[in-house]
Amino acid sequence: MRRLLPGWPSRLVPALPGLWLLLFVAAPLLVVAVLALSWAAEGVPPFALPWAVPGQGLNTEALALALWDGYYRAAFLDALLVAGGTAGLCLLLAFPMALGLVRAPARSRPLLLGLVLLPFWTGFLPRLGAWVGLLRDEGWINSLLQSLGLIEAPLPLLYSWPALFLGMVHAYLPFAVLPLYTALSRRDPALEEAAADLGAGPWPVFLTVTLPLALPGLAAAFLLVFIPAAGEYVIPELLGPPEAQMVGRVLFQEFFQNRDWPVAAALAVLLLLVLLVPIRLFQRLEAEP
Amino acid sequence: MRRRGLLARAGLLAGLAFLWLPVLLLAAYAFSADRIPFQWGGFSLRWFAALGADDRLVEAALLSLRVALGAASLAVLLGGAIGWVLARQGPFRGRALFGALSGAPLVLPDVVMGLALLLFFVLLQRLTGWPAERGALTILLAHATIGAAYVAVLAQARLAVLAPELEEAARDLGAPPLTAFLTVTLPLMAPSLVAGWLLAFTLSLDDVVVASFVSGPAGTTLPMQVFSMLRLGLTPEINALAVVILGMALAVLGVGLAVWKMRK
Repeated sequence: MRRLLPGWPSRLVPALPGLWLLLFVAAPLLVVAVLALSWAAEGVPPFALPWAVPGQGLNTEALALALWDGYYRAAFLDALLVAGGTAGLCLLLAFPMALGLVRAPARSRPLLLGLVLLPFWTGFLPRLGAWVGLLRDEGWINSLLQSLGLIEAPLPLLYSWPALFLGMVHAYLPFAVLPLYTALSRRDPALEEAAADLGAGPWPVFLTVTLPLALPGLAAAFLLVFIPAAGEYVIPELLGPPEAQMVGRVLFQEFFQNRDWPVAAALAVLLLLVLLVPIRLFQRLEAEP
Repeated sequence: MRRRGLLARAGLLAGLAFLWLPVLLLAAYAFSADRIPFQWGGFSLRWFAALGADDRLVEAALLSLRVALGAASLAVLLGGAIGWVLARQGPFRGRALFGALSGAPLVLPDVVMGLALLLFFVLLQRLTGWPAERGALTILLAHATIGAAYVAVLAQARLAVLAPELEEAARDLGAPPLTAFLTVTLPLMAPSLVAGWLLAFTLSLDDVVVASFVSGPAGTTLPMQVFSMLRLGLTPEINALAVVILGMALAVLGVGLAVWKMRK
């Protein structure tokens, strides 16, 4: 393909957005890395850059602490377990939903797709608020169970692990349905029909044809939920138990309450390193046709 | 075959019920007069009135709308340019870095993006004195950067399915590069830019984490305000607010469906 813009404009066109990306994406990431090696200090802002403190040089303590301290390691473990559990639960729910979407009559598909995606547009916080209202002691579920005489005292539903997972799955489910729907609608339905014609029952067809064909879509959906869920802060804060100290929550506390900026930056750097593997995997999946 | 189709349909219905039941219950009880959310006390619009009378909420909503409008518009300019470069610009030096940076905000967790941008703004202020204070402007810049990444993906995907020969034909027929871009490429890109604007607008209106980092004492956005209210417990005003947001989203979906039907 020949260049559409000959001469100097062809160099200028990438220059402007490129400059923006260098300034507002590359530079901030670099600054986090520098801050992770800086010293905590009294004052506003509460840090001293590595070269600002004579004779001290780089501070590797924040990174070492984030790496080796049991509290922070538990925070990473919690985040990975919650993100993995959320992604797994999302797949279990999303797969039949995507199949149902693909098999729905073409006429009603846009409406059904809209219904899957619309909650995404109804505001993330109001939806979490709905769960708070449903799950709390004097909330809808407890009042219902009490008025039916099934329980005497309200169940402690809010601020629990199940509440955390309910909120996470509810928030991330549309992210899982979409790539699965795309993957499933690309496949050739004749393959399944051929298997059925050759005598395979519904379950063998599903297990040997539908599922293997959907594997790349399943992997993409898993990662699309896992990556943002691992850094989640708001949902554990509003619905989760106090002991659910996921790394996003710990980072927030270090930054806003303890005002230990180097440790917060070290946690961000480590979170990024931990997520590099799933991010690379996801990008490879997306790059394949 | 039939039984499997039935299972998939049941799965779809169950999933939709799970997604929608909490939202619908919330919406229904927004019209309840009772002070306790999710207690029916007769039909009333008092919480919508209370919503309008809550100065802090109204102020936060106005700030959020201003930021989201600006951020989405800037994101379309930037993201459109990024998507065009990725799809149409031939090889150039730094292309790999350009691609990686343009995709980074899509995969970085909000806490990392927010912290990184805040630290960047703090150091920039120390070095240059700008930005003098953090608030609407810094949130707008952060949201535009994140939104641009999403617009770029949509614009690049759209350009990838458009034949570059269309632009080349315009050039061969004598149109200067800018004219060819404005009369051929841009109209063909338009649907992806509109979708990108809406996406960037929604992302900005929904964001708590990045805004909490890059904002200052003066800038409390609507999600930040709602988040601090939700930490103390659900109030009926938040129910009413959810209904307002839901109504706006439904209106947009209705318009989208109507346009989709008209195009067919």
